[in-house]
Amino acid sequence: MRSTRGRWLGLYSWLLLAYLLVPIIGMVFFSFNDVLAGRPQVSFQWNGGTLRWYRELTQIVGLPESFWLSIRLAVASTIVATIVGTLLALALVRYEGKKFRGRRIVDQTLFMNIAAPEIVMGASLLGMFASYHIARGFTTLLISHAVFSLAYVTVTVRARLQGFDRHLEEAAGDLGSTPLTTFRLVTLPMIMPGVLAGAMMAFALSLDDFVVSNFVAGTTLPFPVWVYGATRMGVPPQVFVFGTLIFLLGAAAAIGSLVMSRRGMKRT
Amino acid sequence: MTLTSTGTRQQINVRVANVTKKFDDVVAVDNLTLEITGGEFLSLLGPSGCGKTTTLRMLGGFEEPSAGSIYFGDRDVTNLPPHQRDVNTVFQSYALFPHLSVTDNIAFGLRRKGVSKSEAKLRVDEMLTLVDLEGRGERKPHQLSGGQQQRVALARALVNKPQLLLLDEPMSALDAKLRKTMQLELKRIQSQVGITFLYVTHDQEEAMTMSDRIVVMNRGRIEGLGSPRDVYEQPSTEFVATFLGASNLVAATLERGTGDVALAHHAHGTFRSPAHRLPPGLTGAVKCGVRPEKIQIRALGDRVAADENSLTGRVLISTFMGVGNQYVVAAPQGEEFVVYAQNSGQTHAPRSGEEVLLTWPVEHSFVVQPSGDQSPEGESS
Repeated sequence: MRSTRGRWLGLYSWLLLAYLLVPIIGMVFFSFNDVLAGRPQVSFQWNGGTLRWYRELTQIVGLPESFWLSIRLAVASTIVATIVGTLLALALVRYEGKKFRGRRIVDQTLFMNIAAPEIVMGASLLGMFASYHIARGFTTLLISHAVFSLAYVTVTVRARLQGFDRHLEEAAGDLGSTPLTTFRLVTLPMIMPGVLAGAMMAFALSLDDFVVSNFVAGTTLPFPVWVYGATRMGVPPQVFVFGTLIFLLGAAAAIGSLVMSRRGMKRT
Repeated sequence: MTLTSTGTRQQINVRVANVTKKFDDVVAVDNLTLEITGGEFLSLLGPSGCGKTTTLRMLGGFEEPSAGSIYFGDRDVTNLPPHQRDVNTVFQSYALFPHLSVTDNIAFGLRRKGVSKSEAKLRVDEMLTLVDLEGRGERKPHQLSGGQQQRVALARALVNKPQLLLLDEPMSALDAKLRKTMQLELKRIQSQVGITFLYVTHDQEEAMTMSDRIVVMNRGRIEGLGSPRDVYEQPSTEFVATFLGASNLVAATLERGTGDVALAHHAHGTFRSPAHRLPPGLTGAVKCGVRPEKIQIRALGDRVAADENSLTGRVLISTFMGVGNQYVVAAPQGEEFVVYAQNSGQTHAPRSGEEVLLTWPVEHSFVVQPSGDQSPEGESS
């Protein structure tokens, strides 16, 4: 009994899903592709299936290190961006006028942070680090990644805060909570979905960032920068394996958050 | 003030002394002084924007007065934050924590005071019984009806046994029938726990039903204060006379006689009213009034008793309302008097256009100062 419109909508949805997923499926597929002769490198001609690249995952010099670096970098920058971004969102929503001079400027800067081309940000960060004589490495990567993730966290948390009933916090104070306890027991649990969404976004942004990282990495190469460098010599098939692992990690996180919110909805 | 050895709390008086609150240049509360007696049910009644909620929020510690002081007993609490005051609030929106169960909501205040989990559970169960919600402790607030949520909010505040309970229009979200039930319920709970209630409302019926005393507020000031009966029967200002119930008011000139009776001369003659009930210091131009239900509508030429005021007029509108009749009667000079007559089946029921005699006992006449010139600096914004 489905209407014509319903059928078209279904077709459209499946086409869109295919458009989004086909490249990823291709990558997963070719991570099992064997190499017959010469230096092992990615090819898109099917030579038969193998698990060799999964077995030899850590055999490429520099690749596991850069992957591990990207993970650490993503975790660290996510923590920094989530804390600073959440507090900034609270300040932007809660304070104005005399209590928060320059609120509009901060707001505009956040927008510019999101809108500005990454290449501009990368170049200016490099210029800043160079003029302050800060050696490029993990620290400069961390600072840069935290900076570009922060705006996304702030925007997400702020959206969550917009419908927040301030009387809830007054009620907590009324019932004897200090402001800090109120934040821990009432405010934070209520904005948690926004905070988690912001954190996931920050993690993903950091993990696949190339442009900014390329400017500020120095000799410490995160995964995307390493892969880019490898393309000049031929990409080893293990890159597809790492890509597959990252995809699985992301898919697991997405499904996990879906299940959690489903269960949360049932419980509340 | 002090806790006795057994831990029962002595009831204390709460004093609001010359408190003013300005938001930028707007005066919300204007030099307000009020004493709340320990254990009483006091209502702040007034139209929206009269400063009643601001007064409540200053007592709760959510707003700081621009001037003046607030005392709980002898203790100056003017600048104490909410979590350091022995006050709890039932918010208009209830403000129940949506992520906590009913039990955890009610136990919230006890847990902050360091009451153990098991002890808190016992006291929460007691409260659930008091507000008739046994067995609902595990639910989340959104699984309850509006009336149940309201009772949880009440229980969450009462369980802490505060010195003062603030209620900010807690019934405005309930339907009329439920509101009636909850009014009686609230009054029962208040007399059972013996905690001082400060109840903010714009609903005069609600205030009259429940309160020991009513404070009528307008433009940040107190216009009337007393028991519901006193405030209704002897309104102190024109505002109270018209906001609380309805009044027929006639502009008059006051003559304070030497005896028990004061004379108010108006365009059609003179109304007498009891001298001992005149607001002190009232002279000159006043308004003389009477409540619509105090007036008897009679046939022209009926005998007027010695202790009655009277007036003749013509019936403009006669409305049958089931329990009674409402008439609008035009006096010779054009003023309109509203008369309400109980449908007892005995009284004379005149038609529109008929000339009638209106009489009412001198005792039910009152004299008030016209609104608008209450104070020398009286500013309106």
